[in-house]
Amino acid sequence: MTSPIQPILALKGINKSFGPIDVLHDISLEVFPGEVLCLLGDNGAGKSTLIKLLSGVFPVTSGTIEMDGRPVSFASPREASNHGIATVHQFGGTFPLMSIGRSFFVGQEPVKGFGPFKVYDRKRANEIAVKAVRDLGITRIDDGDRLVGGLSGGERQALAIARAVHFGASVLILDEPTAALGVKEAAHVLKIVLQARQRGIAVIFITHNVVHALTVGDHFAVLIRGAKAADFRKGEKSREEITDLMAGGEHMAALEAEIEGISATH
Amino acid sequence: MGNLFRRPEAGALLGLVAVLVFFTIFGGINFLQVNGGLSSWLNVASGLGIIAIPVGLLMIAGELDISVGAMVPAGAMLTAVIGGHYGLPIWLGIAATLAFGVLVGLVNGLMVVRTAVPSLIVTLGSLFAIQGMLLGLTVLVTKSTSVALKTEGLAKPMFGDFITLGGIFPEGQLQVTVVWWVLFTVCYVYIVHYSPYGNWIFALGGDKVSARNAGIPTSRVTITLFVLSAVSAAFVGMCQAILFNTAQVGGGQSFIFNSIIAVVVGGVLLTGGFGSVIGIFFGTITFAIVNQGIYYTNFDRNWSSLIIGVLLLIAVLMNNTFRQLALTYKPKKAKGAL
Repeated sequence: MTSPIQPILALKGINKSFGPIDVLHDISLEVFPGEVLCLLGDNGAGKSTLIKLLSGVFPVTSGTIEMDGRPVSFASPREASNHGIATVHQFGGTFPLMSIGRSFFVGQEPVKGFGPFKVYDRKRANEIAVKAVRDLGITRIDDGDRLVGGLSGGERQALAIARAVHFGASVLILDEPTAALGVKEAAHVLKIVLQARQRGIAVIFITHNVVHALTVGDHFAVLIRGAKAADFRKGEKSREEITDLMAGGEHMAALEAEIEGISATH
Repeated sequence: MGNLFRRPEAGALLGLVAVLVFFTIFGGINFLQVNGGLSSWLNVASGLGIIAIPVGLLMIAGELDISVGAMVPAGAMLTAVIGGHYGLPIWLGIAATLAFGVLVGLVNGLMVVRTAVPSLIVTLGSLFAIQGMLLGLTVLVTKSTSVALKTEGLAKPMFGDFITLGGIFPEGQLQVTVVWWVLFTVCYVYIVHYSPYGNWIFALGGDKVSARNAGIPTSRVTITLFVLSAVSAAFVGMCQAILFNTAQVGGGQSFIFNSIIAVVVGGVLLTGGFGSVIGIFFGTITFAIVNQGIYYTNFDRNWSSLIIGVLLLIAVLMNNTFRQLALTYKPKKAKGAL
């Protein structure tokens, strides 16, 4: 896929520190509409901090975030979502004891009636929520009154992604969406990621899983200890090279040989 | 029928029916008649219910408020000191009482929102602080721990008098707070289950971070709920002072546990995110029936605490079952929409 001329979201020289501790140094990234950017890295590499900056949870210490070429700053998650950035967390960020319709519309409840006596429109909320999830290929959901906690992990992810797409997200951040899922469920979620990409949404996909990343990614960035260690496009690096990078630049092959050596001596 | 059992108030309704049957068998039908026991437990339910609903909403939102135990006597005393001891207009006392409720609610809410201290501890602190302040200031100002109050004009029939509801009830039995309780319940049902704001309370208790990320003003909702519970407790105290023409610095602590019992029996999940106003309403009536029903039986009244304790445990177990039913529910094919 060829890159469009302008990235929808661009990070330029982002630094983030908490007091004396530097967490991110000089991160520059570009995200294009209709592309999946895979953000890879080991635990503690700064992936979570980076997405918290993008979703408005923390302010950046220095550097600029640009959307459609204009610099923006987010004082709150609400501002980030007003700019079309939606974040879906590992467990879907949905409410287990709320109905599908109600949790879909949290914060943006549809109402009917007039004047001060506006009433939450349950029927319409349920219809829209169920349709949005079914459009993503989850056909087992057909009753908006069911509680979210009764859904499988993959269905919850689908619900959260459907919610983001419905409310017009142009940048979708998925924080380890497949980490807690079984093989089949994960495949479903990957399919949904590709569907979101097809709709022209820019997806930032955070994962530990190189196979999942290679399945959906167009563009990859690897973080090591808060710095961008590599930035490459699909097909430019092999799976082994990526695994080595994620492990912090150490050669996984050497490490595996060492493990073998230790287990042989016992 | 299946649909009913998946609702938060399912357990509360069954509990209510169970205690009604129990006390009708052992206490006789007199217990349910307007000339008999009806007004006695409606009176108990009204005061408790006005407090239990906002306390329950806080619990749905994942918070607790036990400072209501001090706000009831504080509301009564503030009304009595201004209207009785100083002889100022009663409406000034009413306004000051409600304003004090707003103030305490704001302080509780701000402390919970701004610090990471659990609301149980914050309101435990304010419970004791208000009790101490109440005792100290009352003795300082009036040289006594009880203050008399004489209310005239509209305030008496509005807040602290008996009503007959057009001759249905005998004179001097049913308190006007019953009307307030029903009125408040209707308002809460509308706000929580029909207006869009109710969704915010459930989201807050379900997952606070997600709720904030979804754009809900979580701090403002939490503070508003604390203000509601403090004002409601002060309101009940004020009504009691006007009704009984006197206020004491003590008492009111029973509201702490009784409101939590009514809320939990009513099907609210202690950890938040699940419950209903109607459930709390039923839970309150159930509590009041056990509390008063014992007087209509031949049992020693000391047994009523045992019944309430057992009832609470059964209610929690039953509510867990019903919640599990709701979670695992999958609609059958070819079944009509809910």
